[in-house]
Amino acid sequence: MSRALRFAPLTVLLLIIVALIWRLATPADSNVHSTLEGKTVPAFALAAILPNKPPLSSADLANGQPHLVNVFASWCVPCVTEVKVLQTLKGSGVRVEGIAIRDRPADLSQFLASNGDPYERIGSDPQSQVQISLGSSGVPESFVVDGRGVIRYQHIGPIERSDVPTILSKLEQAK
Amino acid sequence: MIAEAGLAALWLAAGLAALQFVLMILALRSDFEAARAMRSIAVVQGVLTLVAFAMLLIVFARSDMSVLLVFENSSAVKPFIYKVAGAWGNHEGSMLMWVTILAVAGAFVALLAHRTSERTLLAALGAQAVLALGFYAFLLIASNPFARLWPAPPDGQGLNPLLQDPGLAFHPPTLYLGYVGLSVAFSLAVGALLTGEVDSRLARAMRPWVLGAWILLTLGITAGSYWAYYELGWGGYWFWDPVENASLMPWLAATALLHSINVLAARGALKAWTMMLAVIAFSMSMVGTFLVRSGILTSVHAFAIDPQRGTFLLALLAIYVGAAFILFAVRGASLKEGAPFELISRESGLVINNLILSVVLGVVFVGTLYPLFVEAVSGEKLSVGAPYFNAVAGPLALILAVLVGIGPLLAWRRERRQVFKRLTIPALLGITAVVITIILWPSMHILPRLGFTVAAYLAAASILPLIGRNPFRAPLATWGMVMAHFGIAVALLGMAANAAFTSERLAIAKPGDTLTVGPWLILLQDVTPTAGKNWTAVEAELRATRGSAVVTLKPQTRYFSDPPTETNESAIQTFWNGQLYTVVGKPDASGAWQLRLWWKPFVTLIWAGGALIALGGALALVGRLWRLAWRRRPDADWRRERYT
Repeated sequence: MSRALRFAPLTVLLLIIVALIWRLATPADSNVHSTLEGKTVPAFALAAILPNKPPLSSADLANGQPHLVNVFASWCVPCVTEVKVLQTLKGSGVRVEGIAIRDRPADLSQFLASNGDPYERIGSDPQSQVQISLGSSGVPESFVVDGRGVIRYQHIGPIERSDVPTILSKLEQAK
Repeated sequence: MIAEAGLAALWLAAGLAALQFVLMILALRSDFEAARAMRSIAVVQGVLTLVAFAMLLIVFARSDMSVLLVFENSSAVKPFIYKVAGAWGNHEGSMLMWVTILAVAGAFVALLAHRTSERTLLAALGAQAVLALGFYAFLLIASNPFARLWPAPPDGQGLNPLLQDPGLAFHPPTLYLGYVGLSVAFSLAVGALLTGEVDSRLARAMRPWVLGAWILLTLGITAGSYWAYYELGWGGYWFWDPVENASLMPWLAATALLHSINVLAARGALKAWTMMLAVIAFSMSMVGTFLVRSGILTSVHAFAIDPQRGTFLLALLAIYVGAAFILFAVRGASLKEGAPFELISRESGLVINNLILSVVLGVVFVGTLYPLFVEAVSGEKLSVGAPYFNAVAGPLALILAVLVGIGPLLAWRRERRQVFKRLTIPALLGITAVVITIILWPSMHILPRLGFTVAAYLAAASILPLIGRNPFRAPLATWGMVMAHFGIAVALLGMAANAAFTSERLAIAKPGDTLTVGPWLILLQDVTPTAGKNWTAVEAELRATRGSAVVTLKPQTRYFSDPPTETNESAIQTFWNGQLYTVVGKPDASGAWQLRLWWKPFVTLIWAGGALIALGGALALVGRLWRLAWRRRPDADWRRERYT
């Protein structure tokens, strides 16, 4: 058997070991990165759902200030816990905007009354059209949008207490 | 006290393994007298690991929450069998089980191996001790299973509910026994490379271990496939998941080794190749363990995600496999190839078998690790899924299955008979199958159509080695081979039927609604809550009718409290001609339930084939061991060697 052939397994092994070491050193990023990150929010103008809340449109987002756009619903169980975290964020000066998915005014006002209301504006998305155009596949999801209306970060699932520093730093970067 | 006794036994075993390694070096320098103690040391080491493992079982059986591992992986309200199975349903316990099997295998080699030369055997025992030593270090330094927790909490955190299943309680031990059986082949190969005594005696000593490991891997893969089929509720039997691949790769290498070792045993040929395969087979077992235990590939099986453990296992992998490959590179040149053979002969049939199996192994290996390489080089993320594996490995497997029918009919060295004449009837059966499928199901996909064809041909071709002779005078090993090859045809038939004829129905239904799937009418009668020892569930009651046959199925969605998890318990009804497979999902707001229904004709043949393959292996093993026991050659007996 030729020398090259005898050393071939060793060479292959070395390659694999190097790749595995690299993987151990840089663990896989399990976060989902939205393809819309870095792009402008698609144009939309949602109607108001509650009489005491102003409606939400894409123009409201491009007003020079960063926003946290929260896609939620009163029928969504994780949203109940998330709202409390959003209250904390609001307390730190974050502008939280809501998009209510397939919701009813009575249910929503009940939801806000019992869980708290962090939202500046709430737009109603009865057919999930804006949700889909934002590339959101479920509730809750949140988007950090900068002052020019560009999506800087997408958070899938409820924002937990442990996510607050990340969200705050993303909002800081979006200024 | 019990946990401390286990830890002490583990330390002692590690010390003995180190001693065994030192003695191996003496043995290789021809100081035989000192090295003779190795056999007894290997036995004592095996016993000590058994003691350590027994201690772990006891603390789990007693739910001793003062042991950290028990607290993290058990709970007092769990059924007894899962308390015991919890001992190996976690990282530390499974590594202890691994090293126990490794050391006990070493003890058995020391007790039973009389056929190789004394020098090679001692070198192999040394290699086995080095393997064990690495894992002792791993356990004692990075994953102590006996660590205490103070003060002892009243109850534990529970076992992953997916693992609370009788099949899964025994699936990992089976695979581990298989993996570690291959470690003996590895150690014997390393021993023989060290002493340069690669010959047919070595092959005969290695063969029962390879065969035994291969049987267990076959059973482990078959059982794992059935577990995934009914527990995960996806209705599939193979997902090309990285960890499934990790168990398939050692099996492919062991299958190749199983065949090439016969060439070495019978003809003294394929020396370097067989040694390489013995090394690769165990390397694949280590890669499998590494992939599962390090969690670097995303998978439903990746249980332990811990970089330190991953690093340790990777280091062991690099050292062991690297050392064996270096040894191979240095010593491979001195291996003289044995008796020559002609193009059409049993030997070349087995070489082609080995080539195809190796290519399939390469395909699976590359497919499993390719995403990793791409991300390392370009940063791009991708995943390799079933379309790649099916498209590449499927046709290769079919070609191999065709050759399986021919190989056993060939004579050693040179084939003079008219082999292809003997294959007339199988070939005609294959052609009939093509014609029938084309007439009845003209739109069938090409792969299942070929599957039916090859299955029909192979079912007949595989029994030919017993035809034309008195089958009751044929060696048991021949019967085993015939049964295993017939099992391939059976499994292939099941896969083809499943691919071609499965009916699937996804529906939203309210109690009282009727759905159809395949030939079945299914009525959702009711959905009711129910509870078990450590779970609550919603249970659907389905009444399925086909003609006059009526059965009731009760699929569940179970909610476990500790840790909080949800599992789908599919309800499956088996008939002679297929399985009805039902899953209940979540309700929607209006009180309707998601139902998933499948009618899978002849799907059970897949696992029946797997069982036949393993049973064939068991027959061959019994036959080989019987011969070893009754025809022990005096010149190969170490006890005689000592006195002459």
